[in-house]
Order: sequence, then structure tokens, then C-alpha cells
Amino acid sequence: MKISTMLMLGASALCAMASAGTAHAGATLDAITKNGLVTCGVHTGNPGFATADSAGNWAGFDVDYCRALAAAVFGDASKVKYVPTSGQTRLTALQSGEIDVLARNTTWTFTRDTSLNLLWAGVNFYDGQAFITVKKPGLESVKQLDGATVCVDSGSTTEKNLADYFKARGLKYTAVVFDQPEASHQAFLNGRCNVYTNDFTSLASFLTTEVTDKEGYQILPELISKEPLGPAVRRGDDDWFAIARWTLNVMIEAEEDGVTSENIDSLKASSDDPAVLRITGAGDDLGKFLGLDQNWSYNVIKQVGNYGEVFDRNLGSKSSFNLARGRNALWSEGGILYAPPLR
Amino acid sequence: MMSDVEMPSIVGTAGAVPAFKRQRTAYRARSVPLQVLVVVLTVLFAGWIIHNAANNLAARHIASGFGFLTDAAGFAISEGFVPYDAQSSYLVAFAAGAANTLRAAVPAIIVASLIGLTLGVAQISRHALLRLIAKSVVDLLRNIPLLVQLLVWYIALLEFLPRVDSAYSWAGVIYLSNGGLAFAAPVLDGPHRIGLVVATIALFVGALFVPRHRLKASAAAAAVSAAIWLFIPSQWDVPQAGFFGISGGASISVEWLSLVAALSLYSGVYCAEIVRAGLMAVRRGQWEAAHALNLTRGQTLRKIIIPQSLRVIVPPYTSLVMNTLKNSSLAVAVGYPDIVSIGTTSLNQTGQAIECIAVIAAVYLSLNIITASIMGVINRRAQLRER
Repeated sequence: MKISTMLMLGASALCAMASAGTAHAGATLDAITKNGLVTCGVHTGNPGFATADSAGNWAGFDVDYCRALAAAVFGDASKVKYVPTSGQTRLTALQSGEIDVLARNTTWTFTRDTSLNLLWAGVNFYDGQAFITVKKPGLESVKQLDGATVCVDSGSTTEKNLADYFKARGLKYTAVVFDQPEASHQAFLNGRCNVYTNDFTSLASFLTTEVTDKEGYQILPELISKEPLGPAVRRGDDDWFAIARWTLNVMIEAEEDGVTSENIDSLKASSDDPAVLRITGAGDDLGKFLGLDQNWSYNVIKQVGNYGEVFDRNLGSKSSFNLARGRNALWSEGGILYAPPLR
Repeated sequence: MMSDVEMPSIVGTAGAVPAFKRQRTAYRARSVPLQVLVVVLTVLFAGWIIHNAANNLAARHIASGFGFLTDAAGFAISEGFVPYDAQSSYLVAFAAGAANTLRAAVPAIIVASLIGLTLGVAQISRHALLRLIAKSVVDLLRNIPLLVQLLVWYIALLEFLPRVDSAYSWAGVIYLSNGGLAFAAPVLDGPHRIGLVVATIALFVGALFVPRHRLKASAAAAAVSAAIWLFIPSQWDVPQAGFFGISGGASISVEWLSLVAALSLYSGVYCAEIVRAGLMAVRRGQWEAAHALNLTRGQTLRKIIIPQSLRVIVPPYTSLVMNTLKNSSLAVAVGYPDIVSIGTTSLNQTGQAIECIAVIAAVYLSLNIITASIMGVINRRAQLRER
């Protein structure tokens, strides 16, 4: 009786004290402008996507998205605070407001989109789950992996994809789950597992950067899942969501229109194409609808580059990974990248 | 004249409540509001935290509650007692994780106790070399963090054991490789298996009731049950070297081995210090008296010193057991699916951080409360009983 009375008293006092801090639209941009930095959640270290060098400078495909956002908001791509997040902490960091945007090869799925109070701004990389094994004569397909021991990283969609795929085909396997990718790499290279599974790009970067005997390993051809990776933001702030979405779209659109960081100045001065002029900031003012400067898209392309430039620099022909564009080519070039028109 | 002298207040006046009791009552009365205040503040603080969390979750439209526990978990667990597959619910997954925690912690506690007893006694040995070795082992292992030792064990086992495709094999029934140890196991189906387990337990419980020869009776029970397990099953599940290494049979994974090895040694050397302190707390006179009675050193230790030292050993040993249980949570570093590993995987699949962490906490809390109550009984038995 006594305790329950106390609880009730306490609870009613607290109801009066506490107030739910619901964000009004645009609050995120206000806070970012006030801080002078975009706080961007990235991978702790995934070559090609996000790595920090010895001087603490971040580089990579996802990092360039963070830089593009900073360029759009501040006109200065360097105004980013990078927060390295693990597979387990990334979604919580975004939900709790610790970061403004999560650009950490995070798969867009139904449950993540609907039950976690998050929104995906789009897809910046179409990936799929693949398998890497030691080369063995006759081993050519994932369907032959019956009875294999599989190393997996914890905290990702890969564990569930793996279970679904093997179950559907009646294949048996043993999963050894590690909480750090480094630990799974170590275990796989020591022969603890026959197979290591992750997104194709992660395997490719693992093969390029960590495997010494590159000829002894192979990535099996099947991709067993769709992994649309993209930047995510919290729900409840549509203005910030729009900035995140259109920063990505403008980079894709710029590639389609042939606008690059190198030719954007000359195009701004001389182009007759209204679509190109809108990107360069010389045409209609699109920035005002986002609450940004008219030159937001000019700054993104000038300082960071269009989608193709970012891809080539970090993952493609100008990087050590030399990944083909594949599904990540423009729709007009056989891929599935398609941005809504910028008008 | 005498009556004028004021009596010391501690004695008090005849018939009235003694002064020290009055003081105690007054002190208690004064402390009541303070205690109430502390309770109220604690309740308010807890209420505030819960209220805030609930509000924030609601404001962010994050699903909460434990409803997800009945959903299919959808991920695989590599080893364990609890029958589990990817279609099982999260609840079963958590149960499998808790069972796996015990599956590593219980053997580790047993081995650690044996190591502790051996090294503890060795440290008070008369042989200088033995003392030196024991002390060096204790100092070395006590001063290196457990996580580091765990990784060293894991990497060492992975590196030094042969790869799966060139596993050591003994007569085709036991295979040892860096995937672990695979060995032939009897095939037992449902009722058959339960019967055997019940028979084995009955044998051992029976052995405990044999007066005076408990140890011999237990050994006999072990032999009989081993014979039953070896000869009764008609079929054996023999491991086979396949395309992807060893399949079939029963197996012990290298993850479990390294976790148990690291935990046993780390807790073992702490236990050694506890044992040493206990032995040294028994008065020197006990040794001398035993010596005077012509008992050997071994007899003195077994019959005089160790029983008395238990009074000092049991309380810190209880903490050690509980710490070992909690330290097993480092399992995730080497890919062993304990409750923390499964809890964090579930957390990631469902996004229900508070609930999953609460389940992990509840599992450790209940395991430790059970441990504490068992050790409490042992402690009461070990304490000095005045006759």
C-alpha cells in the first residue's frame, strides 16, 4: 500500500516534469547549422566505403556522401564530424540523435524502414550477399556448400539471409558468428571456416586488402540476396530527409547529364541545357525548397563529384578494388541507378 | 553519601529501560525519515528513468515490449544442448544462449577450482621450486586481461591444430582439427535416451548415500554408467571426413575449448590465491599440534588445515564463481554463441535494444542469484559450529 502510493506520487510528479522532446520539422537542419558540422555515422573501417588514415582523415564511398551533405548545407565538404559505428550500434546511434545521418553500407529492409522510426534517403549502392571460399577443384556454386562451416559477422542482415537460403535449398551448415569483422577474417584465413559470407563489396575489399594468397581464394558467383545500401535518417523531420534524399539524387543526376567536378565551372558559364544549369546553380533556384543556398548542388558536384566520379575514386577503376559498375551503372547504361528528375 | 554519586548512565536505574537501549531507540526513530527519504528518492529516480525511456520510445515510434519473443528468430546457432533451428522463436534462442553460457561456465568453474586447489597448496609447499613455479604461473596469468588470454588461446588453437582437411584422426572415431574435436557418439532416440540419463543420475545419487565409501561408490557408479553408455546403444554416429571437413558424430568446437581454457586458467589462478590465503589463515599451532600427533603433512592438510580454511575460502570463492559466470560473456569475441552473442544478434534483428539487454541482464542476474543461494548453504555448513 505504502509503496504503491509512493509510486503513484512519483509517477504523477514525473508526468508533470518530463516533456517529450518531439522534433519539429527542420529542427535537424537548425541544429546542424548551429553546430557548424554534419554528424555522420560511418563504418569503423571498411576499405572503399569508409576508412580513416593515420592522420585521421576519412575517405571512402560512404564518407563522400557525408561530404556531399556538408557541401550542400555549408558549401564546405570538410564540415563533417565522423562517428564510427559498429554493426550493433549504428541504428541506435541514429535513433537516439547521436548522429544526423547514417551512411554506413546499411541495407534498406522493410522492418528497418517501418519499425525503427528510420527512413532511407535512397540507395547509393546495390549490393548482394556473396560467399568467399578457398579454391577447391569442382567447387563452383553456393549450392555445393552442404555441410560447410560459415563465418559470419554479427549484427547484420547476412545471418538471416544465410539461414533462409540454406533452409530453402535443404542445405546444412554451421555458422560461427563473430562480433568484429576482423575476428571472422582471422578465423576464415586460418581455415576455421570453409566459407566467409558478407556483402559482395565487403568480400572484394577483404580479398584485395587482407588476403595475401589471392589466387588461392574465390568469390562464388551467386549473390543470394538483394542488399540495397543507402543513407538513413530519423523519421519526423521531412526537411532534413529531403536534403539527404536529393543530395544523393543530384549526384546521380549530374552523372547522367555529364556534369563533373571538372567541367561544372565551364558548364555553369556556357551551357544552354536548363537541366544542366539547374545542377550548376545558374538556372532556377532549387535550393530554396530545401532551405539551402542556390549553389547547394554546385557545391556538391564541385567539391565531391558526381556519382560516377565518387564510385571510380573509391571502388572502381581509379581504386585498388577495380569493381565493375554492374548494377550500379546508370539506367541508361545497363544498370539500375535512376534518379527522379531535378526540376 | 553513596546515593549522591551519579551512577554511570550505561547501567541505568533499576527497573527503567537501560540508557543504551533508549539511545538506540532514539537513534532508530531519527533514522526513519532519512530512510524514507532515500527510498522515495530512489523510487522517483527509477520512475523518472522508466518514464523517460517509455516517452522517448513512443515519441520516436520505436516498437517496444516483449512480444517479439514469440517471433521466429531466423538465424542459426552453431552449437548447444537446446534443440534449436532458424524457425525457433527468440525465446528458444535466448534459452539456447543461456544454456550455452552454462555449458562453458560450469566446466570452467570446476576446472578453475581444481587448478586453484593445486596451485594454492603448491604455493605453501616446502619445495622451493614448486613454490616458484606456482607463484610464477599465478603472477603471469593474473596480470594479463582475460580478453587477451582468450584471443591468444583461440588464435593459438587455430594456428597450431591442423586444418580441417588434414585433421588428426585416431582409428576413424576421433578427429582433431582447428574446427574442434569430433568423436563417435552413441545414437539414442527419445525414450531410450531419457532412460539412460535417469539411470545414470540414479546411480550417482545412490552412490552419495553409501555410508563412508562415498568416493568409491561414485567411482563405481561412473564405471557402470560408462559401460551402459558404451554397450547398450546399438548404433554409433561416427564422424566422417567429407568435402567440407568433418561431419557427424559429437563435437567440441574450438570456440568452446578456447573459452573454457581461458576462463579456467584465469579464474584458477585467482582461486589459487583464495586457497592460499585460506590455508595461511589457519593458525600455525594447528600444524604443530598435528605434527605432534604424528600426522604426515598430507594428512594434516587434508584432515586439519583444509576443513578449517574453508571458513575463510568460501565467501571469496563465491564471488569468484559468480565472476567466472559473468566473465563468460567475453565469448562473443571468439564466436561462441553465449547469451550475450545471441542477445546482441537478436537486438540487431529486432532493433529492440532495451528489451534484449534486459533479457541478458535477467539471465545473468538469475544465474548469479541461484549461485549465491547454493553457495550460501555451503558457507553455512563450512562455518564454525560451536558444540
